[in-house]
Amino acid sequence: MALGLLGRETAARIAVGVAGLGLPVALFGAWQWVHASQPVTLHARMSEVGGWAPEVLRVEAGRPLELRLISDDVVHGFAIGQSQVSPIDLLPGQVVTTTLTFDAPGSYSYYCTRWCGPNHWRMRGVIEVTGPEVNTAAPSPPLYEVLGIDLDAPHPAAVVPQTRPSAARGAQLGLILPEDLTSRDAYASRSPAETWRALRAMPVTETLTDDQVWDLVAWIWRTQASEAALQQGAELFAQNCAACHGEGGSGDGVMASSVVAGTMGPVEATGPADFTDASRALGASPALLHGKISRGGMGTGMPYWGPILTEEEIWILTDYLWTFQFEE
Amino acid sequence: MTRYELTRSPGVRRLLQSRWPQLTVQAVALAGLALVIASALLGTPVGNRNFAIVMVWIAWWAALMLVAVPLLGRTWCSICPLPLPGEWLQRGAVLGPRGRGFGLGLRWPKRLRNLWLQNGAFVLVALFSLPVLTQPRLTGLLLAGLVLLAIALSLVFERRAFCRYVCPVGGFIGLYAQAAPIEVRVRDATLCAAHATKTCYTGSEKGYGCPWQVYPGALNANTYCGVCMECLRTCPYDNVAVNLRPFGADLSEVKGRGLDETFKAVLLLGSGLAYSGVLLGAWSTARLAAANIGSIDWLVYAAGFLAFVLVLVPAFLLLALRAGLWLSGSRLDILRAVRAFSPALIPLGLSLWIAFSLSFLFPNISYIFPVMSDPLNLGWNLLGTAGLGWTPYGPALVPLLTVGVVLVGLAWTSRRISATAESLGGRAGLALPLLTAAFVMAAGALWLLVF
Repeated sequence: MALGLLGRETAARIAVGVAGLGLPVALFGAWQWVHASQPVTLHARMSEVGGWAPEVLRVEAGRPLELRLISDDVVHGFAIGQSQVSPIDLLPGQVVTTTLTFDAPGSYSYYCTRWCGPNHWRMRGVIEVTGPEVNTAAPSPPLYEVLGIDLDAPHPAAVVPQTRPSAARGAQLGLILPEDLTSRDAYASRSPAETWRALRAMPVTETLTDDQVWDLVAWIWRTQASEAALQQGAELFAQNCAACHGEGGSGDGVMASSVVAGTMGPVEATGPADFTDASRALGASPALLHGKISRGGMGTGMPYWGPILTEEEIWILTDYLWTFQFEE
Repeated sequence: MTRYELTRSPGVRRLLQSRWPQLTVQAVALAGLALVIASALLGTPVGNRNFAIVMVWIAWWAALMLVAVPLLGRTWCSICPLPLPGEWLQRGAVLGPRGRGFGLGLRWPKRLRNLWLQNGAFVLVALFSLPVLTQPRLTGLLLAGLVLLAIALSLVFERRAFCRYVCPVGGFIGLYAQAAPIEVRVRDATLCAAHATKTCYTGSEKGYGCPWQVYPGALNANTYCGVCMECLRTCPYDNVAVNLRPFGADLSEVKGRGLDETFKAVLLLGSGLAYSGVLLGAWSTARLAAANIGSIDWLVYAAGFLAFVLVLVPAFLLLALRAGLWLSGSRLDILRAVRAFSPALIPLGLSLWIAFSLSFLFPNISYIFPVMSDPLNLGWNLLGTAGLGWTPYGPALVPLLTVGVVLVGLAWTSRRISATAESLGGRAGLALPLLTAAFVMAAGALWLLVF
C-alpha cells in the first residue's frame, strides 16, 4: 500500500514537474534558441526609449539576412536607406519577417518611416555588410563643399519680390536668356536673389519691372524639374519633411513645437525652416538646400538624409522646395 | 430552501474524491501560469499582443466574472495555480496525503483572522491596476510575486493562509461566491457534532484537514470554502455533500456578518463603479492619470479613488441607512443595521462587475486569437490565427446585456433590501432610502458603461 502511495505520488510529481517546470524550461529554451539563431530579432522602439535594438547588424555580402521585426510600442516602419525596397509597417507587438540580401559590402542605413514621435528621425541603424571587394574610392564631395558654401551661416536674401513670382508669367515674357543663367549648374550654384541681380543687370531686362524679373527667375527655376519629378518631390516632402516644416512649407508642422522646445543648439530656437519666407528662402542656393538636406542641420533638429535618400531624390526634393516661393 | 445533492451520484462522488482529476486540472493551470509569466517577462511589451495580458486580464478575468463566480462560486480556488507550489512544499507532496513537509506550521495571527488584510490588498492592487492591466512585465512580476508570497506564507503558517487572508482576488471571489448556486455543506450537522476526531478539520490518511481553516460542520456560507474537496475525502461517514441550490442562498440564510465582510461588500461595489468610470468611461484624463504611476496626476487620482471607495460610497450608503432608521423611527443600532443590510448589496455589486467585464470582453476578445498562436511573440503561427486583426464583437449587443445584467442585480438587491427590512421589523420607510441609493448606484453604473 505504502509503495502504491509512493508510486502514485511519484507519478504525480513527474506529471506536475513536466507541466509546471518542464513547460517553462522548454519555452525558455525555445525563446533562447530563436533569439540566438537566424532570423535576427530587430526591436523597434521610439527613440525616447532606445530606438532600434540592435542598432548595428552585420552580414556578409551575398548572404541573406533574415530579420524578425517587432515594434515594442507604437506603429513604426522599416526601410533601408537609398534602396527601392518597399518600407514595411510594424504594428505594435506583431512579428514581421523579411529577408535582405546585399550584393556589395558597405554600410547601409535602416530607418523608421512612420512618424512615431518627436525624435522619430533619430531611429536609425546600420547594417555593416562585409566582403572581400571593398570599394576604396573616395566619394565625390557634395556640391556645397565644392562651391565652398557654409551651410550653417545665415543666408538672407538681399532682395525680395513684392508679389509671388510666377513661372508662367516669366515664360510669357518670351525672352531668351543666356545659358550661364539657365543651365543646371547655374541654377544649382546661385540663390534666386543672386540670379535676380544678374538678370536685373542685363540690358535685356531694362524695360521690365522688378517683379517681372522675379517672374523670369521663377521660370528658370521651374524649368529645372519635370512635372513627374515635382510630384515625386511632393511625396518625398509629405513623407519626410511635412511633420516639421508643415504641409505648406511654412515651418508649422505637427512636430515643429517639439523641435523648438528641444535642446539641440542655439539655432534651433528659430524652429524648422519656413520655405514660404522669401527673405530667407530666396537667399539660399539649391546647392545649399541640397547640402542641408544631405548633411542635416547640425544641432538644429534637422535630420541628415544623406544615408537615407539617394542623390537624385535629394535633388528632386530640393527642386520641389521652390514651389513654396514660385507659382506655376 | 431546496437543494439537489450532486454527490448523491456515486460516480460524481468518486470523481470529486479522487485526487487525480483535480491534480490534472491544477497541473494544466500551473502550466498556464508558467506560460503566462514567461510571456509576460519575455514577450512583447505591447499589452494587446502579449499572451499574459490578453489571457489573464481579458480571457481569465472574463471567464471568472461571467461564468466561474456567478455559477461555480469559489471553484476556481480549487484549481488556482498561485498557491500550489507553496502548498506542495508545505505538504511535502503534490498528490498526498503523506507525511509532514516543510515549514513552521504556525497559526495565523489571531488579530489578522479577518478580511481586512484582503481588503487592503485589493485596494492596493486597484490603485496600481491600470499599469498592471496593460504592462506585461508588471503583470508577470505581480503574478510571480504572489506565487512567492504564497510560498513564503505556506512555509511559515499552516494551511492556506495566503488564500484565506491575503489573496486580493480570493476575497473578491469569496464575497460573490455567496450568490452562486453551488455549495459544499454537510448533510447532517449532528453527525459532525458527534464525530470525535473531526477528520474534516484535522485530516486523515485519506486527505488533509481543511486547508481553508473551516470546520465544515459549521459551514453556512461559501465565503471561506475553497471547494477543495478535502472534507469530501476525509469524512468517514460520507456526510459532506456538494449541492445545487437557488442563487444567492447564503444572502438570506446567513445572519451576523462581520464588519470586515460588510466593508468588503461596500468596497467592491464602489470599486466596480470606479473601475467602470476610469477604465471604460469617457474620462480619459483619469485614465491617463491612473496609468502615470508616481506623478502628481496619479497622486490626485489615487486620492480620488481612495476617497470614493473608502469614504464617499460608504458614507453615501451609511447616510441612506441612517435616513431609513430615521424615517421608520426604528431604534435599531446603526452597526447592526449595517451588518444586516450589507449582504443585500452583493447582487448589485456582482452585477456591476459582470457588466464591467462584459463591456471590455466583447470589444477585446479578438485579441485572444493571435496570442494563442504566438504566445512568446516569436513569429509563430501555431493555430493559424497569428495574423487575425482586432475585431470588436457585439457592439449592439453589449449595451443590452449590460443594462439587463445591472437591472437584474438592482432588482435582486432591492428584493434583499426589502426582505432584510421585513426581517428587522418591517417598519415603513426603513428600506426606502437604501433602495434609492441602490437605484442611484445602478443608474450611475449604466451611465458610465452604456450612455
